[in-house]
Amino acid sequence: MKTDALIDLLSRDTRRGPPFGRGAVVALACALIAAWAGMLLTIGVRPDAAAALETVRFMLKFVVTGALAVAATWFAVRAGRPGARLAPAAMALVAAAAILVGAVVVELAVVPADQWAARMIGTNAMVCLMAIPLLAIVPLGAFLMFMRRGAPASPVLAGAVCGLAAGAAAATAYAAHCTDDSPLFVALWYVLAIGLVTALGALIGSRALRW
Amino acid sequence: MRAANAGNEGAYRALLGDLAPLLRKIAAQGFSRAGAGNADVEDVVQEVLLAVHLKRHTWIETEPFSPWLHAIARNKVIDCLRRRGRRVVVEIEDVAHLLAADPVPDATVRRDVKRMVGSLNGRQRDVVGMISLDGASIEETAGRLGMTEGAVRVALHRGIAALSALYGKAQL
Repeated sequence: MKTDALIDLLSRDTRRGPPFGRGAVVALACALIAAWAGMLLTIGVRPDAAAALETVRFMLKFVVTGALAVAATWFAVRAGRPGARLAPAAMALVAAAAILVGAVVVELAVVPADQWAARMIGTNAMVCLMAIPLLAIVPLGAFLMFMRRGAPASPVLAGAVCGLAAGAAAATAYAAHCTDDSPLFVALWYVLAIGLVTALGALIGSRALRW
Repeated sequence: MRAANAGNEGAYRALLGDLAPLLRKIAAQGFSRAGAGNADVEDVVQEVLLAVHLKRHTWIETEPFSPWLHAIARNKVIDCLRRRGRRVVVEIEDVAHLLAADPVPDATVRRDVKRMVGSLNGRQRDVVGMISLDGASIEETAGRLGMTEGAVRVALHRGIAALSALYGKAQL
């Protein structure tokens, strides 16, 4: 095709979608709604949730996973935008991780050493490893659909960060069901489960996010 | 680009026209830095123009345009070099055979417009073909194909996206 003919063709196509950044907000909202609806319809909220709301450890799970979901979504917008600097969004991810690290340090300080292992292993680790990835399926789809409108320099990285955002969104919902509230448990099993979704996102992204 | 995003078709056409020589330079530099020949420069220029068009919602209007454009161009040059690397390794005999049997018709562009448009499906082929080959307007195309103007615009946009995907394939 002659380049002039192509330019002529392109200039006649006046359809243009909504701004890219807005799509991320939509994706995050869809992800949270899907994950929470999925949790409520299947495993449900833990029976003592009302009492748990008053404990710091329970609330902290939402703070950590929520901060991670927001930071990952922000990173995703930048990863999908050509020429955007990733460093500020990477710092936000580090900050979200730092909340968890801080909580682990405090937990290690206030809990006797002989209880560390029990708290870390918890009572329903396998449910956690299954439920978070399953709850993350629809959110992952939402973030990947959002990213397909982008132009990521690295489809693998873009897919991974979609997986991270989806896993974190699913974890906010799972946290309401889960009765293991210790940051030690979160740092091991939640991170592992979210990591699974991140890896899946990278795998899909390497194929589906080329443009 | 700001005017183009506001719906000024003339400004958009002028912008793309101005970008083409700049992109030619960027692509040629990219190729020579990689120690590769200039054979695919025009293909890359067209790929970048398609990407600029299809991804223009990822540019923020308050940000400078140049870093965004250069990032897209860099990605497309790298894609092309990778594709070419694979082509040489895997299909050198096929390519040699094709070159001997069927000399390249156009001196600068190796892809044949008719074949590219022809490999689109149904409505997209009709619409893109009529607009790009016959130079018909949106209104004329709608009238001739018995479609609404809205449907023509949708088919045109999807057809362009499909064309862009065709460029991404290893050979055509």
